[in-house]
Amino acid sequence: MSDIKKIKNDYIDKLNTENNIEKVNNIKSELFGKNGIISKAFKKLGSISVEERKKLASDLNNIKDELQNKISIKIQEIETKEINLKLEKEKIDVTLPERNIVIGKIHPVSQVIDEISSIFSEIGFSVEEGPDVENEYNNFTALNTPDNHPARDMHDTFYLDNNKELLLRTHTSPVQVRTMLKGKPPFKIIAPGRTYRSDSDQTHAPMFHQVEGLHIDKNINMGHLKGCLNYFIKEFFEVDKIKMRFRPSHFPFTEPSAEVDIGYEINNGKIVIGEGNKWLEILGCGMVHPNVLKNVNVNPSKYQGYAFGIGIDRLGMLKYGINDLRAFFETDYRWLSHFGFDPLDVPSNYRGLSR
Amino acid sequence: MKFTVDWLKKHLDTKFNNNQIIDKLTNIGLEVESFESSTSELDTFIVAKIINAKTHPNADKLKLCDVDIGSDKTIEVVCGAPNAKNGLLTVYAPPGSIIPKNQMKLSVSKIRGVTSYGMLCSESELLLSNESDGIIELKNNKYKNKIGEKYFKNTSEKVIDLSITPNRPDCLGVRGIARDLSAAGAGKLKINKKSNLKYRGNQNINVTIKKEKAQGCTIFGSCLIKGVTNKESPKWLKDKILSLGQKPISAIVDITNYVMFDLNRPLHAYDADKIDNEIIVRSSSSGESFEALDNKKYILENDMCVISDRSGVLGLGGIIGGTRSGTEYSTKNILLESAYFLPRSIRKTSKQLNIDTDAKFRFERGIDPLSIEEGLIKASELIKQICGGETSNLDVKKIENYKKTIINFDPFLFEKTTGFNVENKELIKILEKLGFNVSKNKKILKLVVPSWRPDITQPIDIVEEIVRIKGYEHINTSEPVKTRLKPTLNYYQKLFHFLQRSVASKGYLETVTWSFTDSKINQLFKENDEEIPIVNPISSDLNVLRNSIFPNLIFYLKKNLDRGFKDISLFEIGPSFKGKNPGDQLTVIGAVRAGKVSRLSWNDKERIVDTFDVKKDVIQSLCEAGIDKDDIVIDDKTPSYYHPGKSGGVYQNINEKNAIAYFGEIHPNIIKKLDIKTEGLVIFEICLDYIKESKQKIKDSKPEYKFSDFQKSDRDFAFIINKNFKSQELINMIKSVDDKLIKSVRVFDVFEGENIPEGKKSIAVNVTIQSEEKTLNENDLDNINKLIISSVESKSGAKIRS
Repeated sequence: MSDIKKIKNDYIDKLNTENNIEKVNNIKSELFGKNGIISKAFKKLGSISVEERKKLASDLNNIKDELQNKISIKIQEIETKEINLKLEKEKIDVTLPERNIVIGKIHPVSQVIDEISSIFSEIGFSVEEGPDVENEYNNFTALNTPDNHPARDMHDTFYLDNNKELLLRTHTSPVQVRTMLKGKPPFKIIAPGRTYRSDSDQTHAPMFHQVEGLHIDKNINMGHLKGCLNYFIKEFFEVDKIKMRFRPSHFPFTEPSAEVDIGYEINNGKIVIGEGNKWLEILGCGMVHPNVLKNVNVNPSKYQGYAFGIGIDRLGMLKYGINDLRAFFETDYRWLSHFGFDPLDVPSNYRGLSR
Repeated sequence: MKFTVDWLKKHLDTKFNNNQIIDKLTNIGLEVESFESSTSELDTFIVAKIINAKTHPNADKLKLCDVDIGSDKTIEVVCGAPNAKNGLLTVYAPPGSIIPKNQMKLSVSKIRGVTSYGMLCSESELLLSNESDGIIELKNNKYKNKIGEKYFKNTSEKVIDLSITPNRPDCLGVRGIARDLSAAGAGKLKINKKSNLKYRGNQNINVTIKKEKAQGCTIFGSCLIKGVTNKESPKWLKDKILSLGQKPISAIVDITNYVMFDLNRPLHAYDADKIDNEIIVRSSSSGESFEALDNKKYILENDMCVISDRSGVLGLGGIIGGTRSGTEYSTKNILLESAYFLPRSIRKTSKQLNIDTDAKFRFERGIDPLSIEEGLIKASELIKQICGGETSNLDVKKIENYKKTIINFDPFLFEKTTGFNVENKELIKILEKLGFNVSKNKKILKLVVPSWRPDITQPIDIVEEIVRIKGYEHINTSEPVKTRLKPTLNYYQKLFHFLQRSVASKGYLETVTWSFTDSKINQLFKENDEEIPIVNPISSDLNVLRNSIFPNLIFYLKKNLDRGFKDISLFEIGPSFKGKNPGDQLTVIGAVRAGKVSRLSWNDKERIVDTFDVKKDVIQSLCEAGIDKDDIVIDDKTPSYYHPGKSGGVYQNINEKNAIAYFGEIHPNIIKKLDIKTEGLVIFEICLDYIKESKQKIKDSKPEYKFSDFQKSDRDFAFIINKNFKSQELINMIKSVDDKLIKSVRVFDVFEGENIPEGKKSIAVNVTIQSEEKTLNENDLDNINKLIISSVESKSGAKIRS
């Protein structure tokens, strides 16, 4: 028995210093192979006395366990070492650049349209659209702006024919006409889109964007108009407080009409909305003129409501600090990358209007 | 509309200060554009300090002065004054200034080889004294803190500039503005003084208004003023005219202008001695002409309202007078006209002839037809006062009588419209102050509209008057009602949204370009669409509506390439026009991609963008927007601006007529024609209108979830096939062998050339076979293999490669 113990100690010593996996495996078979030392020792058990056998078997089992344990630890140890060594060799410079990333962007006008739609969606408006080419009737006459009306001078119109019958819409208001002509009240819509006027300078572009709003029902009054726009402006500029002023004005298609100013101040060369004592005109609105309602077959003694028109590009400029309107339409790669929005940045109520 | 506060106070008794007046004007709808002193030629002269005066390098008597003018940098001025020295405070005139003494305009000039920016002034040059020996020496203690400020105080009165909306002609006169302010509680409207003008004799130049269908004049009032001495206007009148931003001409002209701005009553003064016998107000006939006071000759068309005498046209009624009968300093006798012209006629004539005058602007909006006499009397009084003379009786001819507008107004309409209530008493007070005559009939108010308010015709106009004067701040703010009538977006609006963001997420920058474009570029992309010219384009290179989204995209792509960008992906979503009628437009995405993929990458091989890059972008975007990839069919017929061999059309399914998308390389001819310098240029377009909406919502259309856990097998095949044979057909052919067992077919190699016969190509495909019922054994698989080979070979003429 002491032999066996000695052998065990020798092998433990051997294993302690061994670092080669093959040699460890050799030791394993020397001990536990078919003719291995331990295997043989077990075979001998049959030839000895019962009492001796019990004792020896127990010792032998302990030795076997100890050795097997030692071997498996050793194997694991060597394997870990080898793997670590291999991994060490495989190390790469992870600070090298990733494969080329190409980042697309959404144009600020599109983003602002989505922001506006999201806000109005919250208070029950749906989105309508109309064609860019309009006839004279929808753009002017139906909107209570007859041909001899000086208000037409305020719209420098692009015409598509010499009779001035076909034109590029000068505002989104013809969508009101189309919407009401094809449906029955109540109406609760916004209509964003392209609009066109033939002037072009630093602050005017021949094409720009407007969003029209229209809410017609039985008892919609100017208080609702104020409430709706107040809600919109606060949500859009993402401020808690907004200074807003309704000022009487004139549009042929609304009466009473108003222009809406918001308060602002210049802080470090940047516009801060909602503070200060300067006023900035941002939209026109009013109660839809009874003549317009008659023109679209809505009974003005039963139904009434408000309409508004907002310059989208200008809202975007104010919110995102863009100075030059012309740059919106000049497709400068640098500008688009700078002012564009991530395509995943979808304005919504639950995720927030903007990041 | 411009006026000064002191002018306003001639009509309004008010305790309001300037700022209160300004605020009130804005609050009642008379928008104040500006409130500032009229500019003066003397504004440019500023207090300055000589920092350093050294001798001019080329002239002993001149000095070179560094002058502090209150800005960041000093200015270099050459000066000949002996007293120019360091630290002297003086007056500086920048380039552009007009020197009062000689009226010369300064410019940047070189004096003996040194550039001088402006000059330092002497008292004599500024007409302050005769002292011309040196420049002004300002007292240090008074001026040391004023460097950069104006030297001359602007003493002219501040001018209010209002932007008057087209419905308010009455506010194109100071009195009308005063009336509005008085109604809003800003003071009391002064009562016009009773005239004590004495009339002598009759107006003996006969006036006839011809009764014609197109007659644009309904009332013509006039009087003769004899024995006047026309002259320069007195200072007070000149100041008024200057405050309007106009040039004084002569007392008579200035007076007529003054009355126009004071009462909104345009007048015209004729030299009575130049009128040939009589005045005939009639419609012109085509070809008649006259020389107007703007020194232009106008050739008239039919039916323009003219004032004429026996010799012909004197002027265009209500628009502009003629030189033939114009007043001069030598004029002795004048005929003063105060008339009513129809807005429609004025507007038509002035548009045709492209004339804009203050009178036209007013008549076009509607002048008070009952102000004929008032205007004649006021002007006659002033003429008498300034130029002397005797006024005849007034002569008023009319072919139509003024009819009062009467409105029956139910005060409830006010609350119904505005959401708040105003007591009847207050409401009536407002209306009366605005000039309405109010009488009550039970609950209804009977209102006679003042003759100066042609804009007021129906009850809603009355609501506007009351709420405007009462103040919009009284309108309540009602919380928005969240009731929804229908979903926010319809299918196509959602599709727009999805595709827009889907394409952007593939690395494309969205742009927005004009809906119009250059016909020369449009020509290359318009296919069979009609060209849609704009009658009055903003410029000749934006002269047609775009028939395609590409003309602008390519144009701007080129601009960015020229800026030095090489790898560019751009897209736009918007209208493309098919005809010139409303609705003849399609909503289209156009996208361009230029340059290389993996340019200058340390680990990937760089390559030029190609058709399959954009094919991936377009197909993936479509799938992300909800189109079933399995249904998509590709065709090789594309519009002519695509490379005919490297482009394709995408169909939503095999039965559709219109391609929902195209992709591919742009035609080399176009690249050449437009001189685009890039390594590669591929494009795609999606037409949203051609995409068909699925009939079911996603909640109803999801197929049953099926999957198989049985063993999958992959088999590779390589076929030699005609070069023009489409891989899509081969794939479908293989799938149709057993579409239950064949799960996918993937092309993993295509090549021509070595070992492949001329006109043929080799396509290698990998086919995945899996049953949903059992594990297939070798025998089953062999059978399918054989079937695939035999069916492809027999249908396509292909040969399996061994």
